[in-house]
Amino acid sequence: MVALPGVDPSWPAYRDVPSHAAVDPAGTTNSWHYLDNEAQLTGPPRGTLLCVHGNPTWSYLWRSVLAAGAQHGWRVIAVDQLNMGLSERTGRFRRLADRVQDLNDFVGSMDLTGPVITVGHDWGGVVSLGFAHQRRDLVDAVVLTNTAIHQDPNRAIPAPLRLALHPLVHRWGTKDTSAFLDVTHALARPALPKEVRKAFLLPYRGGARRQGIADFVADIPASPSHPSYPALRNIAEGIRTLDVPALMLWGPEDPIFSDTYLNDLAARLPQADIHRFEGASHLVGEDRDIAGPLFRWLDGALKTSAATSSPGSPDGDATAPGAPAASALETDTTAPFTPLEHELTQRAQGPDADQLAVADMGADGRIGRSLSWRDLEREVSSLADALRRIGLRRGSRVSLMVPPGVELTVLLYACLRIGAVIIVADAGLGRKGLSKAVRGTVPEFLIGIDLALTAAKLFSWPGRRISVATLPAAKRRLLGVESSLAELRLGKTTAASGDTGPADVPNPAVLDPAVLDPDVLDPDADAAILFTSGSTGPAKGVVYTHRRLAAMRDTVAETFDIRPGDGLVAGFAPFALLGPALGTTSITPDMDVTRPKTLSASALADAVAAIEATTVFASPAALRNILTTQGELTDAGRKALAGVSLLLSAGAPVPSRLLTELLGILPAASLHTPYGMTEALPVTDVDLGVILSAEADAAAGNVIGAGNGVCVGRAVAGARITVSPLNRAGTADGAPTTEAGVTGEILIDAPHVKDRYHRLWLTESESSRTGGWHRTGDIGHFDGNGRLWVEGRLPHLVTPAAGVLTPVGVEQALEAVDAVGLAAVVGVGPAGTQAVVAVVETTPATAKPGLAPASLASAARSAARSAGAELSAVLVVPALPTDIRHNAKIDRTAVAQWATGVLAGGKISKL
Amino acid sequence: MTGASGMLGRVTAELLRAQGHEVHTFQRRPSGLTGVEDSLGSITEPAAVERAVLGMDAVVHLAAKVSFAGAAADFEAVNVEGTRCLLDAARTAGVRDFVFISSPSVAHVGTSIVGQAATDATPEKVLGHYAQTKAKAELIALAANSDSFRVAAVRPHIVWGPGDTQLVERVLQRARAGRLPVLDAGTALVDTTYVDNAAEAIGAALARMDQVAGLAVVVTNGEPRPIGELIAGICEAGGVRPPRWSVPGRVARVAGSLVEFVWQRSGADGEPPMTRFLAEQLSTAHWFDQRRTRDLLGWTPGVSLDEGLARLSEHYQQL
Repeated sequence: MVALPGVDPSWPAYRDVPSHAAVDPAGTTNSWHYLDNEAQLTGPPRGTLLCVHGNPTWSYLWRSVLAAGAQHGWRVIAVDQLNMGLSERTGRFRRLADRVQDLNDFVGSMDLTGPVITVGHDWGGVVSLGFAHQRRDLVDAVVLTNTAIHQDPNRAIPAPLRLALHPLVHRWGTKDTSAFLDVTHALARPALPKEVRKAFLLPYRGGARRQGIADFVADIPASPSHPSYPALRNIAEGIRTLDVPALMLWGPEDPIFSDTYLNDLAARLPQADIHRFEGASHLVGEDRDIAGPLFRWLDGALKTSAATSSPGSPDGDATAPGAPAASALETDTTAPFTPLEHELTQRAQGPDADQLAVADMGADGRIGRSLSWRDLEREVSSLADALRRIGLRRGSRVSLMVPPGVELTVLLYACLRIGAVIIVADAGLGRKGLSKAVRGTVPEFLIGIDLALTAAKLFSWPGRRISVATLPAAKRRLLGVESSLAELRLGKTTAASGDTGPADVPNPAVLDPAVLDPDVLDPDADAAILFTSGSTGPAKGVVYTHRRLAAMRDTVAETFDIRPGDGLVAGFAPFALLGPALGTTSITPDMDVTRPKTLSASALADAVAAIEATTVFASPAALRNILTTQGELTDAGRKALAGVSLLLSAGAPVPSRLLTELLGILPAASLHTPYGMTEALPVTDVDLGVILSAEADAAAGNVIGAGNGVCVGRAVAGARITVSPLNRAGTADGAPTTEAGVTGEILIDAPHVKDRYHRLWLTESESSRTGGWHRTGDIGHFDGNGRLWVEGRLPHLVTPAAGVLTPVGVEQALEAVDAVGLAAVVGVGPAGTQAVVAVVETTPATAKPGLAPASLASAARSAARSAGAELSAVLVVPALPTDIRHNAKIDRTAVAQWATGVLAGGKISKL
Repeated sequence: MTGASGMLGRVTAELLRAQGHEVHTFQRRPSGLTGVEDSLGSITEPAAVERAVLGMDAVVHLAAKVSFAGAAADFEAVNVEGTRCLLDAARTAGVRDFVFISSPSVAHVGTSIVGQAATDATPEKVLGHYAQTKAKAELIALAANSDSFRVAAVRPHIVWGPGDTQLVERVLQRARAGRLPVLDAGTALVDTTYVDNAAEAIGAALARMDQVAGLAVVVTNGEPRPIGELIAGICEAGGVRPPRWSVPGRVARVAGSLVEFVWQRSGADGEPPMTRFLAEQLSTAHWFDQRRTRDLLGWTPGVSLDEGLARLSEHYQQL
C-alpha cells in the first residue's frame, strides 16, 4: 500500500480467512486487508478494539483510533469488509447476515487477548452490533458512531438513501461513477483535506472495485419484505439485552443518520453514554477527535463494569457508565421526596381550594384567565388523562412551546404528573439554537402555539404536533397538527396516532393525584430538559430529575422565605414553573415573557395590585425597562408596588446603581440578585445591602479579595461552593479551596444541581470530574468575608505574558469611565502572550466601529491599569453582541474574533 | 561599534560607556560622541575595516543602508558585503563576540505578525531591498557563529525616540505636509521599541552571549498599539496635527510599489511619499512574542511607550 496521511507503515496487513458465510461455497478462503497497531505496542495490550467501517469508506476511517490506541496501550484492528477497501473482491453479493459471519470468521482467525470492544460506523455499526450480539462471550463493550439499527416501517428512509436506491440512480451512482463516494466525503465538516479525500478514494478506483458499494446500498432493508430485514430485526431486538457498556459518538448534522436513529439506539441500549458533537456530521471521526474521548471512556467504563460485577464492591465512586449515574452528584435515592406538585394537590383539597392559584393579566390591566387551586388541579388532572390517551407516558419527551401563563402551568404540571420529560427550549436561544435544541432532544410530542408549530413545519422538527388553540382545518393540515388541547380534553383524537394504548399506562385508579403512587412517579427519573443560553458555544440541554426540581423549589422557598399563600408575580420564565409548587398565588404580567424587557412599570403594578403580590420575579433586562417607564405609574400603581417586600432578579448581574434607583418605586422591597445558571438555580443569594457593603470594601481595600468581579454573595440554603485555582496557563486544575483571594473555577454541590447534560457525555464528564462537585465553567474567588465574586467564564480568560487575566473586574473599571456603556475585555493573539483589548459601547452610541478617540483611549487605559490590565487597544462599537435570553451576557468569543481581525489590519467588519 | 552616528548607535555607545566599556566607533564621518574613540572609514573598504577591529573584544554592527527606497546595488554593497567584510575582519583579528543589529523585517513576508516568536530570516520572501539585504546579512552573520567567535542577531522592531530621523521625523514631515495617511482605519496592532530599550537589549546581548550566541531575538517594548494611535501620539509629541484621512492598505501597497518604481527609474532625489514597504509596515499587524527574548537576555524594557512619547514631546519642546 502506498503511504497514506495518518497511517503508520507498520499497520497494514493481509490475512487469508476461511469463510463460513452462507454466500460462500464450502472451503472458500477470503483475503482480508486490515490495519493493526500491534507492532507499536510496547507491552501486552489492555484489550482489542475491533473497528468496522461502513459504506463507502474503509479501514482508513479509523486511523486516529489506531494512533491513539497505540499510545493508550490498546490494540486496534480496523478491518476492510470483504468486497470493500483493499480486501478481496469475492464476486458474491454479501448480505447483512454474511457480513456478520464474515466478521466472526475474521475474529476467529485472530488470536485476541483481553477485553474486546467493537467500534462501528454507518452500516459497520450494524455489522459490529450483529457480531456483538452473537459473540456475547467475547465482546465487553460497544462503541457506535453515526449508524442505525432500525427503520420505522411507517416512515420513509432518509431521502439521500432513497435516491441512491432508486433503480435509475443506483448502479450509476454507486458503481459506474464515484458519486456516492464523493457525496459521502462532501459531508465532512470542515471539508476533508485533499490528500485525505484521495486516501478514501484509493480502494475504489474503477467501477469493478465499487461493486461492494452498490451491493451495500442494495442491502439496505428499506422494507419488511427485504431479504436482510429479518437479520436486521434480529440484531435490533437482540441488542435490547446486550448489557455491556456502550458509547455513542454522534455528528448530529448527518443528513442520513439523524438524531431520530440515535434516539432509537439509545432506547435499545439505555445504558449507553452518548455524546453529540454539535456541528459535526456523518464522518464524525473526521470532523472531531473521537479517539481521545473513546479511550477516556474506556478507562472508566471497563473499570466500573469490573467493579460492579465483582461481588461486594463498596458503594464508592463506582457508577454504571450510563444513565443518570453519570451525574455530578451522588443522589440518595432513599431520601424523603416531596413531589413538585405537592402544594398544588394539598391546596386543591384544603380550605383554600377556591382561592386564586394562577392568573394571567390582560392588556386592559385586569386579570384575564385565572384558575382556583381546585380548578387548577382539575385541569391538570383532566389534561394528564387526555395526554395519556394519545400515548404520552412516563419518559415521553414533550416539547412545550407555549408562553408562560396559565396554559403553560397546566401543561407543565400535567406532564410532570404523567412522568413525561418536559423540554423547555425557548425563543431566547435564537432560531438556530432553538432548532438544534429541538432536534437534539427528539421530542415525541410538540405542544405549541401557532408560531412554534409553523417553525416545526419549516424546520421539520420531530414529534407529533398538538396545537394550543384549535386551528382551521386547512392550517391544521398544513402544519401537520394532529389535535388541539381543547379537542384532547374532550376526548377527540382526529388523527390515527398508531401508537396509542401503551402497555405501561397505569390503571386510572392509581392516577388519583391525591394518592400519588410512588410507582408512577420515580423521583430519580428525568423530569425536564432545560437549555443553557448558549453564550459560550452551542446551547446545552440540562437534565433535571423530579427530585432535583423539587430541591430547587425547596431552596428557593427557604432562601427567600417564600411561603404558601404569598402572592407572586412571575415575570421571569424559569420561575413560572415554581409558583404552584411553592403554593403561592402566581400571576403573569401583561408582557412578552420571552422578551423580558417588555415588562413595563404599569404592567407590573397592575399585576401586583391584582393579587396584592408581595414577591416579584423579574429579569435584569425588565428592571431597566421598569425604571424607564416609571413615569406612567398612577398613584394606585405606586401604592401597590410599595407593598412588594421581595424582588428576585436572576440571569445576569444587576449594577447596584440600578438597584438603588429601583428602591424609588419598590421602597419596601428587599432587592435580591441571586447568581446561578441553568445547571443550578440559584447558587448564591445577594441583596442590595450586601452588594453595597462589598463595593465599599472593594474601594477601601481592607478586605482580602474584595473586588475584581461581581459580588454575588453567599451560598443559598443547601448549597456548597468552592474554587479550583487556575494555574499559570489559565487551566483550573488546583485542589478546591475557599481561601480568600484565590481565583479559580467555581464548583458547586447542591441537591438542586442538574442531574446531567443531555447527550453530552464529554461535557458531563468534564463538568463532574471533581467527585461530588459540578464545575460551572465560571471563574471567581471568595473574599475575606466569605462572599463570592464572579470574574467571568473559563473560555473568556485573557492570557497576556504578564499573567492570566479575568475580564469582569477590568470591564467594571472600564464601565465606570464616562462615555463608556457596556465593555468587553478580550485577548488577541497566541495564548500566553496575548494583547489585551477593550471593546466598548459608548454613550451616545458610536455610529461606526473603530479606534476609540484619543481621550477615551487614554481614560480607558488608566482605568484598566487600576484593575491590573495593560490595554493594547481600545475599540468602540455601536453594540456588543449579547445573548438573546438575558440580553446581558457578552459573547466575548465573538468579540475576540472580531477584534483579532480588526487589529490585524484591513477592513473593519461588522461585529 | 559601527553606525554610531545614528540615534540607536549614539544611545547604545553612551550606554555601553556608562556600563564601563571602552567604546571605539567606525564610520565615515566623526561620530560627534564624547568619550569614544572614532575610527573613520567605510564598511565597504576592507583595509579600513581591518584597522578598525584590531584589538577589539567585541563588535556591535549597527551600520546599514536604511531606506524605504534606493538602488539595489547600494543596499547589497553596504548591508551584505559590508557585513561579510566586517565578520571576516573581526574573526581574523581575534574578536570574541559579534552582535549583528538586524530587523524583524528580515522574516516579515507581508502578512500580519500576531504575537509570533522570531523565525529565521527569509531573504527570498521579504519585500524591499532593505529587508532582503538585511536578511541575507543576518544569515551570513549567524552562520559565522562558533565557540571562539560568538555571533548573535538582535532585531529591534521600529526603533524611535528623540533625534530619530527614520520614523519620527518622516512621520512628522509628512504629517506637516499633509502627505501621511493612516492606512485603513489605523487599527493594525504594531509594536515598537523606544531607543533606550533597544540600546539596553543590545547591551544585555553582549553580556549574555553564552545564552544568545547563534540566535536571533526580536526586541520590542512589548506594548503593541494600533498604528493610528501610535502615529497620532508621535504627531502630538512633535506638535503636528495628526492625519485625518485614510487609504485602504491594499490600494496603498499597489500605489506604493508604483511610486517606488517611478522614483527609482527617474532617479528623483528625495523619497517617495509612500512605498510598499512603509505601506505594509503601517497596515498590517506586527507584534511579537517577547517571552523568549526577555528570558534569554535577562532584560525588560525600562521605558514604557507612554513614557517614551512624553520624552519625545519634551525633546520637541526644547527644540
